[in-house]
Amino acid sequence: MASVPFVREARRRSASPAEISAFPDRGSNQAGWWLYLIPGLLLLTFIVIIPLLWNVYLSFTEYRGIKPPEFIGLANWIELAGDKDFWASFRNTIAMIIAMVLVPTGLGLLIAAVLFDIIGKKFGGRAASFLRATYYLPQILPVVIAGIVIGWILRPQNGALNEILESIGLGAFAHNWLGSPDTALLSVMGVLVWVQLGYPVVIFMAALQRVDPELYEAAELDGAGWFARFRAITLGQIRPEVFVVTLTTTIAALKVFGPIYVLTRGGPGSSTLVPSYYAYSEFFQSQQVGYGATIATALTLLIGVVAVFFIRAQTSVERKERAGL
Amino acid sequence: MSASVLNRPTAPAPRAKKRKLRNSPTGVDWLILALAVIGAVAIAFPFLLILINSFKSPEDYATGGPLALPTALYFDGITTFWERVNFPQKLWNSIWISGSVAFLAVLISLLNAFAIGIGRVRGRTWVIVAFLFANLLPQEALLYPLYFMFKELGLYNNPWSVVIIFTVIQSAFGTYLLSSVFGTFPKEILEASALDGASRWTTLWRVIVPISRPTLSVLVIFFFIWTWNEFLIPLTFLVSNENQTVPVAISVLQGDRLMDVTTTSASALLGVIPTLIFFLIFQRTLTRGITAGAVK
Repeated sequence: MASVPFVREARRRSASPAEISAFPDRGSNQAGWWLYLIPGLLLLTFIVIIPLLWNVYLSFTEYRGIKPPEFIGLANWIELAGDKDFWASFRNTIAMIIAMVLVPTGLGLLIAAVLFDIIGKKFGGRAASFLRATYYLPQILPVVIAGIVIGWILRPQNGALNEILESIGLGAFAHNWLGSPDTALLSVMGVLVWVQLGYPVVIFMAALQRVDPELYEAAELDGAGWFARFRAITLGQIRPEVFVVTLTTTIAALKVFGPIYVLTRGGPGSSTLVPSYYAYSEFFQSQQVGYGATIATALTLLIGVVAVFFIRAQTSVERKERAGL
Repeated sequence: MSASVLNRPTAPAPRAKKRKLRNSPTGVDWLILALAVIGAVAIAFPFLLILINSFKSPEDYATGGPLALPTALYFDGITTFWERVNFPQKLWNSIWISGSVAFLAVLISLLNAFAIGIGRVRGRTWVIVAFLFANLLPQEALLYPLYFMFKELGLYNNPWSVVIIFTVIQSAFGTYLLSSVFGTFPKEILEASALDGASRWTTLWRVIVPISRPTLSVLVIFFFIWTWNEFLIPLTFLVSNENQTVPVAISVLQGDRLMDVTTTSASALLGVIPTLIFFLIFQRTLTRGITAGAVK
């Protein structure tokens, strides 16, 4: 999945005054710099800002895509609050967060530490890099193609998984993995763990390279075991990367669409429905554009809240750290 | 798979080497290695399954099961799918759409970042926040209005609609990244350029672009691959067959009655191959980019 590598803004060297350009051409005015922003801001306005506001407006209308939208106040929002499918889609989002954030980050930390600390040091860097590249492999695929690969294995008739189960005498466990309500969500989660795992592994391994090995040596001399060192040093030192990974993957989990589209289309029933797929199907299948816009707006609000929450948590931790030093 | 390309370490680890001499692997270490290898095999397993089953006939699949190697190499699955979707056309669509987006988005990012990072325009924090927000937004929140707008403009079902939309979405990220890179651009170089009487425009193209080339090329590659991998907007905007991109063309045929089991496998394989090729070509740049992005 194309997770966005997230870059924190570099700390500015504070020598130069904030509002003066770094390019000291006297005579030209400071306002002239805005000329360079015109194309970017115009495009942003027409492709992002206007559609976004328009979408918020549509959430207050009844609109079926043919006759002009009709203002109906909060009716869509009230309907949304009582919509079982909508709440099911949010419950499934929590499952997506487990599959895309919690499991990959936890496993990724463990795998990165093992690859770096044990395999890299005792069996050589080549072994560790080769394993890392293998874990990363699913990440390079378009996520829909990853979904199609696993969807092929989980096919109900003559799917590879069921055939394998039968050939080893476990035919009783053969199952319509994506088609039954009891396993569909778990199967989708399995696909997402498979896709996501490589991302934290790569980022955390890079992070570990920057940790001072003397810290480990000192802890080792003090008699700290591997796990104690992992907890006390590794986790503390690479916390910025853990933060970046959890923020970007949480937002990706809230937006997940492609795998649901190719694997289950939200079904059976609403057992794998997620907000983005729900909005899409309201827009283009049910032609309930106003209601789809309401779901999309609710999702946008949620993502905004999550992003602000994460960034505030990070700054408050940093502040505490600075106070502690 | 091509191990020599994959296992090149990204960063030298001289200290690790010194330690290796000190510690020789114990039994527990071998056990951990075995577990890590089993995990890696499990991750790679779906790729292997797709690979061996794409070259089987459906009958061969029915008798030998998914794990057996093909009894005879069978290319009908791949050729059937190749011709059915007119795969070269889909490849070309994906290539030119992603290529145009990569180029245009870097251009826009460059102009934005020049004003924000070097020009330090007033209120730039808010401008950066706006671009960052554009990058975080779920595309569903823009989808219907964009659909409506491009329909009115007569650009619906036209690949240029996708090019324009992703130029904006990718450049939002590019602006954010490049602005912070340019914020620390060496002041002496800019001063020297100003002393030589170079204008802003000249300085951008003759001084800043050449020096930032490594960052810009990473951005081009990332934008290309991200756009290649996009799904929701191409799915919505490119409805007719001849305009579709590779992921869209492959996904819309899934579950089609005419697709037998090994043809479906072949379709997945054809989706995997292009990105695998990009990965092998750009492996070093990508790893550097992914890690630099987070560590900076």
